[in-house]
Amino acid sequence: MKNLRSTLLIFVVAALGFGALQALIVAEILDDYTLQILCVAGINVLMALSLNLISGFTGQLALGHAGFMAVGAYTTGVLLVQAHWLLFPALVAGGLMTALFGLLIGIPTLRLRGDYLAIVTLGFGEIIRVAINNFDEILRWAFNSPDMVGWTGGPTGLSGIPGYATNIMVNNPAAFLWIYPIVVLSVVLVMNLIRSSHGRALVAIREDEISAQAMGINLFGMKLTSFTISAFLAGLGGALYAPFIGYLSPPGFDFLRSVFFVIIVVLGGMGSITGTVIAGIGLTFLQEFLRTSAKDAGNGLVVLIQQNLFPSTISAGAWSVDLVPLSQVLFGLILILLMIFRPGGLMGTRELPLTRWLTTPWWRKKESLP
Amino acid sequence: MKKFASLAMALIALTGFASAQTIKIGTIQPLTGAIAVYGKNVTNAVQLAVDEVNAAGGINGKKVELIVEDDSYKPDNTVAAFKKLATKDKVIAIVGALTSNCTLAITSLAQGAQIPLITPTSTNDKVTTAGNYIFQACYKDSFQGKVVANFATSTLKAKNVGILFDNANDYSKGLKTNFEATFTASGGKVSSESYATGDKDFNAQIAKIKASKPDALFLPDYYNAVSLLAKQIRAAGITVPLLGADGWDDAVGTDNADLVGAYYSNHFAKESASSVAKSYMTAYSAKYGNETDALAALGYDATKILLGAIAAADKAGKLTSPGVRDALAATKGSFVTGNISFDANRNTVKSAVIVQIGATDDKKLFTKFVATVNP
Amino acid sequence: MDIVSLFFQQLINGLSKGGIYALIALGYTMVYGIIKLINFAHGDILMVGAYIAYFVFAAWGFTPGSIFVAVLFAVAGSVLLGISIEATCYRPMRSAPRINALITAIGVSIFLENFPRLIPAIGPNYRDLTVPKLFETIHIGEVSIDPLKLLTLVVSLVLMTLLILIVDYSKAGKAMRAVSFDMGASALMGISVNRTVSFTFALGSALAGIGGVLYMLNFPLLDTYMGIMPGLKAFVAAVLGGIGSIPGAILGGLRLGIAEALTAGFISSKVMDFVVFGFLILILLLKPSGLLGVHRKEKV
Repeated sequence: MKNLRSTLLIFVVAALGFGALQALIVAEILDDYTLQILCVAGINVLMALSLNLISGFTGQLALGHAGFMAVGAYTTGVLLVQAHWLLFPALVAGGLMTALFGLLIGIPTLRLRGDYLAIVTLGFGEIIRVAINNFDEILRWAFNSPDMVGWTGGPTGLSGIPGYATNIMVNNPAAFLWIYPIVVLSVVLVMNLIRSSHGRALVAIREDEISAQAMGINLFGMKLTSFTISAFLAGLGGALYAPFIGYLSPPGFDFLRSVFFVIIVVLGGMGSITGTVIAGIGLTFLQEFLRTSAKDAGNGLVVLIQQNLFPSTISAGAWSVDLVPLSQVLFGLILILLMIFRPGGLMGTRELPLTRWLTTPWWRKKESLP
Repeated sequence: MKKFASLAMALIALTGFASAQTIKIGTIQPLTGAIAVYGKNVTNAVQLAVDEVNAAGGINGKKVELIVEDDSYKPDNTVAAFKKLATKDKVIAIVGALTSNCTLAITSLAQGAQIPLITPTSTNDKVTTAGNYIFQACYKDSFQGKVVANFATSTLKAKNVGILFDNANDYSKGLKTNFEATFTASGGKVSSESYATGDKDFNAQIAKIKASKPDALFLPDYYNAVSLLAKQIRAAGITVPLLGADGWDDAVGTDNADLVGAYYSNHFAKESASSVAKSYMTAYSAKYGNETDALAALGYDATKILLGAIAAADKAGKLTSPGVRDALAATKGSFVTGNISFDANRNTVKSAVIVQIGATDDKKLFTKFVATVNP
Repeated sequence: MDIVSLFFQQLINGLSKGGIYALIALGYTMVYGIIKLINFAHGDILMVGAYIAYFVFAAWGFTPGSIFVAVLFAVAGSVLLGISIEATCYRPMRSAPRINALITAIGVSIFLENFPRLIPAIGPNYRDLTVPKLFETIHIGEVSIDPLKLLTLVVSLVLMTLLILIVDYSKAGKAMRAVSFDMGASALMGISVNRTVSFTFALGSALAGIGGVLYMLNFPLLDTYMGIMPGLKAFVAAVLGGIGSIPGAILGGLRLGIAEALTAGFISSKVMDFVVFGFLILILLLKPSGLLGVHRKEKV
């Protein structure tokens, strides 16, 4: 019953938030560029959520989620471009195909101890990329028709993916209409999953595998289920991504992308859904900020230093610092510092007690449990 | 309601880009990331073009403002940069991107938004297929592949060419496909081996190619891979001539002895320079200290073409995106990289040059002009 | 080239690469053996060694003296880096869950790969170096042997032998083996765990540093990301041979190098990565302790 209440409350809050954002969009206070970043944030949150399920809640570190995103994105993209499917079935297909991949990859590898799983998932992430690059060639060889039009486009990429709206300039608001509800639904799904007995089994596995096994939990079965669901959600994220960005190419789904999702999960708190949401949105905006403004800010600072401390070098030219690697450096530092000083991330394993806040009347003081 | 909003946005976008006194254009380049060196050079050249126009009084008195965006060689960022330039900065046209995969990410967007996009350096054949707002200021991969293939047949008299290419890079793969098509059509034989981006050890592929006894080797990739390739090729005892494409341009100034004597196709040759090219090269060196390269020259040309089109549109009283587009299509002139005009598909009709690599006394590489190939 | 010549050509290529993989795999395996951590940043120590050597060569050219100095500096730099990383980032993680330590290692790796790109002297651009032809290519029939490859292999083998001597016969080596077996008991026996772990890292990093110099001489194209692939492959090699086993790492490295070269030579280089990871999966499924490893039952 409590679950139902929480779920309904989340829907209400989400709907209100949605309404507010839509109003901002229509009134054009929220411009298209910010909306773009917001949509990317939504997809990142979904991806991080899927990773949190397997890594945060089940304790199995997976380093290849960019590969799952690629599978979902390309499946949907190919279906939209080559087979002219409608949007909704294509999205679902993207998620399902990735779930299948998750199942296939999970069966042999989830028996492995945690460290090995991390490396193997990393390897699969890389292999999926190589496979996409060579997919068309393999197709041509399999069908024995060297002139066949490829499906994935290989290294040239898959372009011209139809967007959420036929008019490309309003693709972002239309994309938002899809991304936001799906992310909310996924959050609700994961939340309910975690609160069920199934979810408690996952947490038990994370805390101590041997004890969990001793308590009768089917270790492999549970891990596999968690991994498959995680793959489905990741595939869904990729599927949403394809019509949003309109163009896919294999280098975009590299290890750096997988690591970005790991950072979101770690920063938010491995085992906290709210943390993932907050960190996902925050880091997406931070990354965009670093792309656009950090360079000017950094160079401004460097020139300032040069002008004041080393004025004799000015004639040779202004120094400039290449700052986009800064985002990567920052992410590396964030990981290290978090793990040493605050391994729980922002939220640890706690969630925002939304239900309690919204259902406890204001005159009732916070109850302290015995 | 939504339709009104979109219409309103489009109108605002169309009219907002030119305030009374400034005209805004944007450029998207990889200023950071793996190919930052190319991005910086091209951006410098674009800026030089804008500065020259402004110094000469601007466009009919209006100053040109250049907004630079960095996409760090990632198509995702190219899209974000495009959205920013289109909706926030409201530029009238965009010069970019550098690599084909990044450009392809925004061609449909630019077409849909009706913002003229001119790419100075993306050679992929598919770039202009998105629509009539997309222009390509360099020759296509298919043309360049043809140029090198014809050179191999006619000048080097090669009958059997081995190709080592990067299977994960659309530029490399495209060139290989086009070279192969032309070369085999004129009766030659091609054997090829592929590697992946970032590979450093090509000994296996080289050994296999050696077995096919080629008369020449074609290495359609960027200089960083080619430098390793050449070294390993020569170490394997293969002495035949090496052929390359415009990605080799970075070899100039290095001391890679294994590349001496090799040929590659390029967009312009520094010595066979017209007066336009000469004054550009002098201006570039004066302002930025280092010598320009072919990609930068293309960036300069693309910008000059664009600014010329904007000026023409402005004079005709049509300083709007469609007006600039039409003016671009009608471009015809003499630029640094040759005489340029656009065909019906907005691809350039211009020549390529073949250059040969030589070494100075202190072992530094330079290029000497060999031939011009007309389309 | 006929099959036999191609085979020998590829064998030599493979052994040479395998030697470098083995050097790096040794570092992985020793560190894993002692603190049960996959040091993601290990491949980046290769990169650091390579860059240090590059700067020495860029300044002083290629003379026997400069080669000596380059190796010396590379080793010193790698060792210092390895020990510092261990002391600052990994030591606090010793009592933490394994997943945390892994994430820390990833963070260190990302930091090491990207921080140098901010420094203009190193910068984001790749650097290439013209290594003069130190020796002439040897031709035996159709097979061309680059003596540099043979040198790489010989150096790797010598270093591995040295390492085995240290681990098996020195006091520090004994301490290392003790701490790998049981950290708590070793501490009770009076072994300074911290010092032993640092020593392990020092050894592993030294090997990686020299591996970096060798790698750079063979493939003179430097870039801060150059350590990732060799590092990953070396890890696969370590697992193949049995993680925690030194002879296993050596054999694993050589075997992987040969497998790679033969696959590229006889099948296709595209398939190479699949083969490498395929091996990994297969071994982990069939014999998770690797070919030479010891299967330790986990006690509750």
